[in-house]
Amino acid sequence: MNQQIDHNPTDLEALQRRDKQAFTQLVDRESERIYRLALKMVGNIQDAEDVLQETFIKAYDNIKGFEGRSKVSTWLYRIAVNESLMLLRKRKDNITSIDAGAETDQGEFLPKQIVDWCCLPEKELMSSEASEFISNAMRKLSDSNRAAFLLRDVEGLSTREAAETLAISESALKIRLMRARMQLREELTTFFADKVPKEL
Amino acid sequence: MSHQHETQCQHILENLSAYLDGELDATCCEEIETHLQSCRDCQIVAGTLKETIHLCQAEGRDVRLPRAARTRLFDRLGLDNGRKDE
Repeated sequence: MNQQIDHNPTDLEALQRRDKQAFTQLVDRESERIYRLALKMVGNIQDAEDVLQETFIKAYDNIKGFEGRSKVSTWLYRIAVNESLMLLRKRKDNITSIDAGAETDQGEFLPKQIVDWCCLPEKELMSSEASEFISNAMRKLSDSNRAAFLLRDVEGLSTREAAETLAISESALKIRLMRARMQLREELTTFFADKVPKEL
Repeated sequence: MSHQHETQCQHILENLSAYLDGELDATCCEEIETHLQSCRDCQIVAGTLKETIHLCQAEGRDVRLPRAARTRLFDRLGLDNGRKDE
């Protein structure tokens, strides 16, 4: 998987020579992952496809300047996140919500609803209605918090990799991540609380 | 609930995310685990937070790049469209 090019200098050299076969392999391997991230960042398939295309065009144009200090896949995530954020900034209705609340207020970490819904059956937790709600809840996060959450929790990057991808410190990443997680927990509690039987 | 207990809850909740990621030292972990054993509310928040992350990870995991979008990507990059469309 990632290791083939990420840890093989010959493959990076091939990419930097703009070897079409090496680049085809890279696109083949990474395009679905980038598309999935873009779709969750921008929220619709047309924009996600635009982000996907721009990501690989920028990667092709700039691969010679890539110093190999991070994995190629992490570098691609960085381009994709930046493309997504630029696209979101262009949406008029999103201008004011970018990086909303970037600096923390400790109070926002405190939960408002305490209901134990973990006991619900899996068919309830994974229903199509729940799935749609969760998807919408992720879209309600601020763009910067959503990016942190998607990279760290959904794509599985380490804290350091996610911070590098977003060009922020690890401590800033952790704050965004915590804020995103707690907001999502509140949202999901709102949704699942009514489904918890009284006797449980 | 005493003020001291509430302050303790707040401290625990502020560190819960890092605790779930295994990023706290042994002393902090022990402090959180001891508190969770005696505080039902914090137990619930920890449990639902963990489940929230799990559900969000599962959401959209099966999203695939549409074949037509892949074809357009390869065309735009001037690459051979490859085996997946054959």
